[in-house]
Amino acid sequence: MIWVRIVLWRLVFAVPLLLAVTFGMFALAKASPFDPVRQYLGERAMVTSPEVMARIRANWGLDRPLLEQYTTWLGNLLTGELGESRSLRLPVTQVIAERLGWTLLVVGCALVVMLAAGLAVGTLAAWRRDSWLDRLVTGTAFANEAAPVFWVGLLAIWVFSVTLGWLPAGGLTDAASTAVTLPDLARHLVLPVVVLAFSQSSWLLLFVRESVIGVLREDFVTGARARGLRERTVLLRHALRSALLPFITIMGARVPELVTGAILVESVFSWPGVAGTTIKAALAVDFPLLAALTLLATLAVVAGNLLADLAYTVADPRVRVLGVS
Amino acid sequence: MRRRSALFGAIVLMLSACSAPAEGPSAAAQDTVVLGLGAEPDSLNPVLGYSVDGGSLMFDGLVRRTPDLKLQPALAESLPEVTGEEVRFTLRQGVTFHDGRPLTGADVVHTYEQVLDPANNSPVRGDYAAIEKVESPDPRTVVFHLRHPYAPILQRATLGIVPDKSDLSADPIGTGPYAFVSWTKGDKLTLRANDRYWGGRPAIESLVLAYTTDDNARATRMAAGEFTATELPPKAVARFRDQPGLTVHEVPSADYRGVMFPLEQPVTGDLAVRKALGLAVDRGAMVAAILAGAGEPAYGPIAPGTDWHNPAVTGSAAPDRAKAIATLEAAGWKAGQDGIRVKDGTAARFTLMYPAGDSLRKELALAVASDAKRIGIDVRPAGLDWDAIDQRMAEDALIMGWGSPYDPDYTNYELFHSAYAGQGYFNPGRYRDPEVDRLLERGRAAADPAARKQVYDRVQQRISDDAVWLYLVYLKHTYVVRGEWSGLTPGVEAHEHATGGLLGTVVNWKPAP
Repeated sequence: MIWVRIVLWRLVFAVPLLLAVTFGMFALAKASPFDPVRQYLGERAMVTSPEVMARIRANWGLDRPLLEQYTTWLGNLLTGELGESRSLRLPVTQVIAERLGWTLLVVGCALVVMLAAGLAVGTLAAWRRDSWLDRLVTGTAFANEAAPVFWVGLLAIWVFSVTLGWLPAGGLTDAASTAVTLPDLARHLVLPVVVLAFSQSSWLLLFVRESVIGVLREDFVTGARARGLRERTVLLRHALRSALLPFITIMGARVPELVTGAILVESVFSWPGVAGTTIKAALAVDFPLLAALTLLATLAVVAGNLLADLAYTVADPRVRVLGVS
Repeated sequence: MRRRSALFGAIVLMLSACSAPAEGPSAAAQDTVVLGLGAEPDSLNPVLGYSVDGGSLMFDGLVRRTPDLKLQPALAESLPEVTGEEVRFTLRQGVTFHDGRPLTGADVVHTYEQVLDPANNSPVRGDYAAIEKVESPDPRTVVFHLRHPYAPILQRATLGIVPDKSDLSADPIGTGPYAFVSWTKGDKLTLRANDRYWGGRPAIESLVLAYTTDDNARATRMAAGEFTATELPPKAVARFRDQPGLTVHEVPSADYRGVMFPLEQPVTGDLAVRKALGLAVDRGAMVAAILAGAGEPAYGPIAPGTDWHNPAVTGSAAPDRAKAIATLEAAGWKAGQDGIRVKDGTAARFTLMYPAGDSLRKELALAVASDAKRIGIDVRPAGLDWDAIDQRMAEDALIMGWGSPYDPDYTNYELFHSAYAGQGYFNPGRYRDPEVDRLLERGRAAADPAARKQVYDRVQQRISDDAVWLYLVYLKHTYVVRGEWSGLTPGVEAHEHATGGLLGTVVNWKPAP
């Protein structure tokens, strides 16, 4: 029943964290020089009388003190009321319900692609250590680690959509299609998924390579080789398996980067997911939506770390988490 | 999990089958038209400001505009008389909403009440401030009760009518030529022709409005054959000129850019300085260089090409520096040591603000500054955020843009009436002139178009005499259209293009034989 205790501990820690994050966001938004009412009105702000603007401000409670705005929001949150998104003119719950699926699809596919590719290429590089292949792989990985995600995305669009014309540059489906069909969706999914997977896989690949190299030096591997086991068996059954353990923890710790990556990728590829909406909400000072999305992102990070810890305790019972053994 | 793996299979297949570029929709049947638009509406509800000036495709107002800006009855049977404080509309018979419900006066009352209800935060509520209440004494009659006689009320009656009892987040249901199918926010809006449209079914069966904010991305998608037509900035249409099967349209607009002067400051408050600047700026060069030729010189707030324009208010596209310098000299602005003119110890120097993110306004500000330098006036451009600009509009000049082709009362009342001096973006220069106040009030209340025309001609003349603003350019909107269409009629366009100005005429498009 160790994992029950871990989960409970985590929950105890997660509550103040979520409070701090959301309050911090409120304070930042309050300090932001952007006027939510002007953003809401857009071009109409120019032809809207100050009286109408003041009324909208009052309707949203923006003229109230910060703490009061925050407690009101928190109270509504506890009753499951997330308010109205100002930039999308829809209830926040509806916005998230409509878009979360698309984000999970991209992130899920990207995770699978990145795990498979990272493990395979990393192991390969370790096995052929110091060859030209290994150098190419590690070099690319380091360069990629330094390159911003949106830049990689734009580069991919330029190469595969503009120059070669192989894949669509963005959107969920072709402009002329009236329904979401699987082949159409799949074609539009390729670039965002590959770019997100590629941008997140550098550290994974380098980590796998290091671990496998380390394990390959271990006595039991040398023994296995001496017993005449096939190279493939040695690699997969022995080396990779021991290397995977620390990897699970690292995976959990990388969730924040995955979240940021998803935000940027969705924006670049005009993907109608929830992550790309974060940027829109921030630019439009769309408070209710931004608060909900911040909460969601924080929850994702907390949950990612928790899952990693749980997986680790399952994989290796000797591990102590937060003093709970 | 099975779906996921199926998807992966599909992706792998796609990757291996991607050697041939996909056929664009241009190869598809002629019954689908894809319009590439830049600005996506936040909401499809007319109550929340969706396409209030018509062209919304899904909704009809009581009246509508032809491309040459004449009003026509739409949901109203005929154009009512507008005199005094009561306007009575008789509704067209046999009109139904997309869901089959018949249109009655209750729908109209509901629509206007929703706009006027402060709790709904309607961005267009201020436009309807003249309406006290709307009543429907019987299902075929709607009566507007006005707070004061307001001639432009018919122009405002283009507001799309939504069904009674519908709320703000309801699916868009109107009476218009197209019915709503689906909307993927940030991607596209799909519409289908309304078979029961009272004005006759449109020729194009299916319509897709694809939203892409980025101009370059839109140009790329147009070139790739994804769009039937798109709107692009003047500099981006160059590559589409003289291409077979493509037509570039340049459409005049009422959208002007100019310099707003704070009139209570020593330099910009001096009429001679303002007049000299009006003579010294090279509007022709601005149109040619900054707008890539897609524009016209501007001399006043009402666009040439509209009925209300006063042709007597004009100027020269080329600068007249000699006259500008003579004007300054006569007013006592003498050349100082550093080439900047001085009068009574005050240097001819002021800051010209522009919103930092707007490259067009930035280029105009720089052009004004370099033209002003040549007559000894030191203009210092400052790119700021709107929130910073707000605080300084009483002290510093600003590049602003307005303009509506519909009615001369629109925005001009707020821009030049002393009652609005210093009210946000309305009359930030604090222009106060009793004669102009009287004229604006009379123009708003007068019912007779000829009398109104006289009033607004005089208003334009007064504003030009006082050089309240320095008008620089009128923009032209540029479009690229694929294929031959009849019914594509350009007219003078407004600043906002909800359905994309010219592209909003898609209802009347028919494939040319």
